[in-house]
Amino acid sequence: MLWKEVKLLFRKEVILEWRQRNALNGIILYVVSAVFVCYLSFNLQRGSLKVVTWNALFWIIMLFVAINAIAKSFMQERFGRQIYYYTISSPQGIILSKILYNVLLMLLLAFTCLIVYAVVLGNPIQDWGLFVLNLLLASAGFSTTLTMVSGIASRTNNSSTLMAILGFPVIIPMLLMVIRVSKNAIDGLDISVSYDDLLVLGAINIIVGTVSYILFPYLWRS
Amino acid sequence: MNSLLKKSWWKILAVALMVYTITAGLLFEVPRLAILNETIRVLYFHVPMWFGMIILLTVSVVYSIKYLGKPSQKFDSYALEFANAGVVFGVLGLLSGALWANYTWGSPWSSDPKQNAAAIAMLIYFAYLILRNSLEDEQQRAKISAIYNIFAYATLIPLLFILPRMTDSLHPGNGGNPGFNAYDLDSKLRLVFYPAVIGWTLMGVWLTSQRIRLRAINQKLDERSEEQYVPTGQHADEPRPANNEQSAYSRSVK
Repeated sequence: MLWKEVKLLFRKEVILEWRQRNALNGIILYVVSAVFVCYLSFNLQRGSLKVVTWNALFWIIMLFVAINAIAKSFMQERFGRQIYYYTISSPQGIILSKILYNVLLMLLLAFTCLIVYAVVLGNPIQDWGLFVLNLLLASAGFSTTLTMVSGIASRTNNSSTLMAILGFPVIIPMLLMVIRVSKNAIDGLDISVSYDDLLVLGAINIIVGTVSYILFPYLWRS
Repeated sequence: MNSLLKKSWWKILAVALMVYTITAGLLFEVPRLAILNETIRVLYFHVPMWFGMIILLTVSVVYSIKYLGKPSQKFDSYALEFANAGVVFGVLGLLSGALWANYTWGSPWSSDPKQNAAAIAMLIYFAYLILRNSLEDEQQRAKISAIYNIFAYATLIPLLFILPRMTDSLHPGNGGNPGFNAYDLDSKLRLVFYPAVIGWTLMGVWLTSQRIRLRAINQKLDERSEEQYVPTGQHADEPRPANNEQSAYSRSVK
């Protein structure tokens, strides 16, 4: 029952996004220009960036992209329409479908970002499998956390500032794990080195997902 | 809880423990160790801050959960004030830690994982306080900040309890540094440390209870003043007949 509802709402999100592609195109352009601004400000020859800097810069861009892309998941909708959704579906259905949709969006943005970034700034990655796995976990984690934060921030007056200040500290533990695994992947270390980190990353994702699932009904009623 | 707050035995206990902590903490014999020397006494003042902070923040989250279960203003102000006290403890912990690190590690901030985690925890709770201020409606403020409080606490658990254990830290007991047990062969440190933890935590609860009562009084004052002004419906420039009531009222408060 819930699954069917989630599937329907998810389809609605995708169709809505596809119908007005300007928002989607806008955020993709945001990714590309962010990468390009970074490239130009370092004013680099290709591949001369240190690995640590490459890694940190990539994830900082990803963080800002995530905050901007996911911020609109609740703020974009008009109040009347939100009430309409809430009358016809369950809060769990809404939050799960939003999270799923944001995961999909984040994956799209993450891969776009990775490709542009690797082309422009050079590609030091040695273990692609681990890097992509890490990217998947990170996208899922960022979307889950920020979807809930966006729901909270959308209730306030200055929602865009709050989205950032509420989101940053909450996402830092996740970001630290992600950066560590990503560094291992770039250096081509054996995957067994990263098992613990990946496990913690997965655990954080599950905690955040569960808490969002439990708390969203309360947020919705206010 | 309410009945406990009105009793005085735990306040006396808190004062006694604090007096004991300060005198014994500064005067008792401590193990003689290189580098640490006398600074080992920071154990009685810095470490209890973290115990206190975690306890106070946990109580705050419990009240937030209670609020979501049964919305009442009381639970909201409990959650807020316990979080406030937790923030005070966290800031004091950071400051005392930085002071100590300046003499033992060589610089006040050494990007130690525990230090960073504490700073992030502070960021989370500052964000919580800002979130509260940016919501106008009282009930909505209480509800949404309760939700964020619980959500943030859930992400704080891995930060405070898992991450610091996965990386080397400069703190005693981590990364090859000898811990508490190695220093404390004759359990002398424990004799002061545990009472210090209880004493500081009780001080935090006391502080919180004062703030909660202050809030309750302010709220009553607001309600009274609304009662005075709203029903009369007169213009502001006319002399207020409520003046007499006001003085009678302020007398009753005194």
